Amino acid sequence: MNLTSDQTVLWRHGWVNLNETIVTTWLMMLGIAGAAKIMTRRLRIEGPVSRWQAALEIIVSVIMSQLEGVGLNHARKYLPFLGTLFLFVAISCLGTVIPGFDPPTSSLSTTTALAGCVFLSVPLFGIEDRGLWGYLKTYTEPTIIMLPFNIIGEFSRTLALAMRLFGNMMSGTMIVAILITITPLFFPLVMTALGLLTGMVQAYIFFILAAVYIAAATRPRIQETSHG
Amino acid sequence: MDNSTWIAMASIITAGITIGIGSIGTALGQGRAVALALSSLAQQPDASATITRTLFVGLAMIESLAIYCFVVSMILIFANPFWTHVIAQATGK
Repeated sequence: MNLTSDQTVLWRHGWVNLNETIVTTWLMMLGIAGAAKIMTRRLRIEGPVSRWQAALEIIVSVIMSQLEGVGLNHARKYLPFLGTLFLFVAISCLGTVIPGFDPPTSSLSTTTALAGCVFLSVPLFGIEDRGLWGYLKTYTEPTIIMLPFNIIGEFSRTLALAMRLFGNMMSGTMIVAILITITPLFFPLVMTALGLLTGMVQAYIFFILAAVYIAAATRPRIQETSHG
Repeated sequence: MDNSTWIAMASIITAGITIGIGSIGTALGQGRAVALALSSLAQQPDASATITRTLFVGLAMIESLAIYCFVVSMILIFANPFWTHVIAQATGK
């Protein structure tokens, strides 16, 4: 039994290995992009909207409200990046209902790449918002003594981000694969349903943590205080 | 027993102990966090959105401690540097 879908090599030419993770990732990307293209073909502001537009509006506005709840200053600016992270992880988890589909997030290389995107985007957004010096100064908060711990924390939270998603998704598919060999009919179904739930929770956690990290690197939102 | 057997034994036992003991503290912490969140949800159902979001972020932070233990035990089993060193020495000689 393979631990991850990285080990299933479909095509090999020289040093180029085309493993199952890459293929499923690209298929999923094509599927998501194609679906988004088709669903946004007939957008309208007034009159009866199509079902697809209503569904997309619900998804986008829920993601938007979550981002605003975290305390991001201009939530709309970060919506494409963070929303894509959420949709990718969520859809790759939902894909497990297709038999034979190995979610790309159950391989460590995919989750490391996603966490790496978050790791790079945090200083980029931070520098863009506060300026280079202002961003670097956040490392010395609350005191200068915290500088090494803040830097260690930057790396360890990226590691945790990647390992959390990998561990949860990999264990989900692994449990189902083991249970199919032991009790073929009923129990794998229950565990798949449970895997769907944990997958959605993990997608939410991944996305909300990325939002929290970016919110911590950028300037806090100015709260409107009510006097009297 | 030779060196490689000792290293294999120590790695396997330590990996088990690491994830075992490491998850105790995390389990207690997460249990406390969820219990408090549930009681505050019961007291203030209106604030459920904020409480749930903060709970998830907090759980993820607590969980990362267990994940570090998981990483250490995975390294001990699948990518043990001492084991590869001994193997390299044995095959090199």
